[in-house]
Amino acid sequence: MDKLVNDFSLGLFFWQAVILVVLILLLVKFAWRPIMTSITAREAGIAAALAAAEAARKEMQNLQADNQRILQEARAERDAMLKEAREIKEKMVADARAEAQVQGEKMIEQAKATIDSEKKAAMAELKNQVTTLSVEIAEKILKTQLSDAAAQASLVDKMLDDVKLN
Amino acid sequence: MVFSGKFIKNTLTALIAVFPLLSFANPDQDTLNIKAGSTAYTKEHAVQDEHAPQDKNDKINAYIDHHLQDSHDFVFFSDESTGEHYGFPLPVIVFDDGLHVFSSARFHHGEEVAEVDGNYYAMHHGKIYKTDANGTMKFDEHGHAENEKPLDFSITKNVITMLFVCVLMFLMFVGLAKSYKKGPLPTGFGRVLEPLIIFIRDEVAVPNIGEKKYRKYMGFLLTVFFFIWILNLLGMTPLGVNVTGNISVTVCLALFTYFITQFSANKDYWKHIFWMPDVPVPMKIILMPIEILGTLTKPFALLIRLFANITAGHVVIMSLIAMMFVGKNLVADMPISLGLTLFISVIELLVAFLQAFIFTMLSSLFIGMAVQDHHHEEDHDAHTEEEPIII
Repeated sequence: MDKLVNDFSLGLFFWQAVILVVLILLLVKFAWRPIMTSITAREAGIAAALAAAEAARKEMQNLQADNQRILQEARAERDAMLKEAREIKEKMVADARAEAQVQGEKMIEQAKATIDSEKKAAMAELKNQVTTLSVEIAEKILKTQLSDAAAQASLVDKMLDDVKLN
Repeated sequence: MVFSGKFIKNTLTALIAVFPLLSFANPDQDTLNIKAGSTAYTKEHAVQDEHAPQDKNDKINAYIDHHLQDSHDFVFFSDESTGEHYGFPLPVIVFDDGLHVFSSARFHHGEEVAEVDGNYYAMHHGKIYKTDANGTMKFDEHGHAENEKPLDFSITKNVITMLFVCVLMFLMFVGLAKSYKKGPLPTGFGRVLEPLIIFIRDEVAVPNIGEKKYRKYMGFLLTVFFFIWILNLLGMTPLGVNVTGNISVTVCLALFTYFITQFSANKDYWKHIFWMPDVPVPMKIILMPIEILGTLTKPFALLIRLFANITAGHVVIMSLIAMMFVGKNLVADMPISLGLTLFISVIELLVAFLQAFIFTMLSSLFIGMAVQDHHHEEDHDAHTEEEPIII
């Protein structure tokens, strides 16, 4: 300790203080301030550039997502349209089929009705003819009866057989 | 920090180039001449100089002592056989009934009495004393000179070295500052300096002082860091300067930290020193002197740490070099001596950086302690205020 105190030199201390104060002031003015300002500005610039790049990337992503969404929508729309068209087609086909069926049934019905009426008419005519025939037979029988009784009976039998055959 | 291959190569080249020169900081190059010369020296000068070293060990001790001290002239090496010193004198500035400025050449390296304006001055162990025409010195029982000491404001070897470092730093950093005007990235040597500045900012200033307040202290911290580091490194060169191993220099540096800490301290800091919150009143009274003493021990530790580390490094290196002159067998001693010196020199290069870093680190820590806002305090207060509301 004694040696330390002895070694202490006021002159050197004084010069050191002066030099250090001057050096700090000079360097602050001419070096540290511009250097720190430049470094800070550069770092801020880098940070801003990075942020901008990140923002651009996000925007790009958004854009891509948008595109994807639009594409998706278009696809969905197309699908919907196709589906609709298919449905319309099926409906038309079904409708047409149903109508055709109805029409056919109607025609069949009509045909049946016609056939029925025809049949009735034919029956009526047949009945008329049978009646006419019967009347004619009866007339003939009556005419024949008047001449020969035996022949009359055989004639009736013969006629009846004919009727049966008919 | 990124070390590229080229940087490491360049550093190694520089180290290898410097190390052989270290041996020039020795008394003499030729050991044979020393042996012959030293005997001649003691015989010739024994009568004139009663403090002449008597044997080789004393001489080495005296040489190391002399190296560690500041001096009034810049001597690169001395030829003891002829008594010649190679170097240049520096101006001596003395306050003694007025200002006296004269060249240190008039002391003839402490061997003669300088007569200036009717006053006589003598040099004794690197200090200037007032004496008479015969150079009479009075000593007390411990061997300390009792002669009157004039106020000595000489431009000594250390002052010259510091001025040189100032110029060097100014050129380096103003150059770096200018290189930013050309573009956002520094060029040339600035590429080495910029990471160091960013290192001091990001690893030292910001963590210790805080994001908001660090900017104000960057000037001091950066200046002190590079100043100490370059001076430490210059101490490793064969110039033989020992600036940061000088107690006056470290006292001054530590006082700067001390005053900056005290003058930038906020209310909380003083409150913690004089009236420690959250402790009983008797404890507050006991803590007050301890805390006041604490403000002084911090810079004291700073100045002793730097001084002791650098001085120890110089003493160890010089002792290791001197080893080969003390030993009997030069062929066996020299490789050991040089090998150990090389080893310690590499460590000292690390210490040179480390001590500059530690000084800056602790300075910023002390400043940070003085300027920080005591968040825990506010939180605590807020908590106690809230409690009644909860109940």
